[in-house]
Amino acid sequence: MSAAQKPRPKYYDLNLAHLPPPGLVSIFHRVSGALLFFPILPALLYLLQATLGSDEGFARWRDFFNEPVAKLAALGAIWLYAHHFFAGIRYLLLDLHIGIEKAPARTSAVVVLVLGLLATLLIGWRWW
Amino acid sequence: MKRYTRTPVGAHYGLGDWLLQRLTAVVMALYTVFALAYVVCYPPHTRADWKAMVSGGFLRLFTMLFIAALLYHAWVGMRDILMDYLHATGVRLAAQSIVALVLAFYLIWSASILWGK
Repeated sequence: MSAAQKPRPKYYDLNLAHLPPPGLVSIFHRVSGALLFFPILPALLYLLQATLGSDEGFARWRDFFNEPVAKLAALGAIWLYAHHFFAGIRYLLLDLHIGIEKAPARTSAVVVLVLGLLATLLIGWRWW
Repeated sequence: MKRYTRTPVGAHYGLGDWLLQRLTAVVMALYTVFALAYVVCYPPHTRADWKAMVSGGFLRLFTMLFIAALLYHAWVGMRDILMDYLHATGVRLAAQSIVALVLAFYLIWSASILWGK
């Protein structure tokens, strides 16, 4: 056995709360992507159809999204989109080997998590 | 003696999917910034405003391009997820078929909304 040999087997702590930032970005990117596929995208298509279809539909859904609870739900969907957006840009940069080292990758993961929340808060603040 | 040259693994559609997933991501990112700026600059207050915005030639085409990009992107993403978690071939095939049908439905629905009355 060489001195450099690492202890095996390795046990990684895969508990979500203990994941390092890049792991959190990754799993949220996956979960947000799946939720955007369903139910968020069909909900948006339905809203597009209903608000374009008739004046009553437009007024009804405008009033609906003036309710605080509906606004919060919409902001939740916006947060999923925003996270997916910023995490995706990070992955495109990593594909180009920009920030590929461990330290900058960890920093950019934190930046992605913060930007997703900030963008959601900014939209929520302008909208409220 | 003829050497065995046939590549034994894969149909090599993986690389194309990988690349297209990134290209569609770029299209969607550009659209997101554009559409957000557009809505902030010209917020639609009535259905007439909203209708005029969405049926404006350029925005309608860009929206359809965005949706087409999204659906392809969603296909690659959902397929990746299903391949990771569903290991029984039949179950995975069934799930992938449902996803493909849903995506085809979204495509037709989007086009009918954008070009309908």
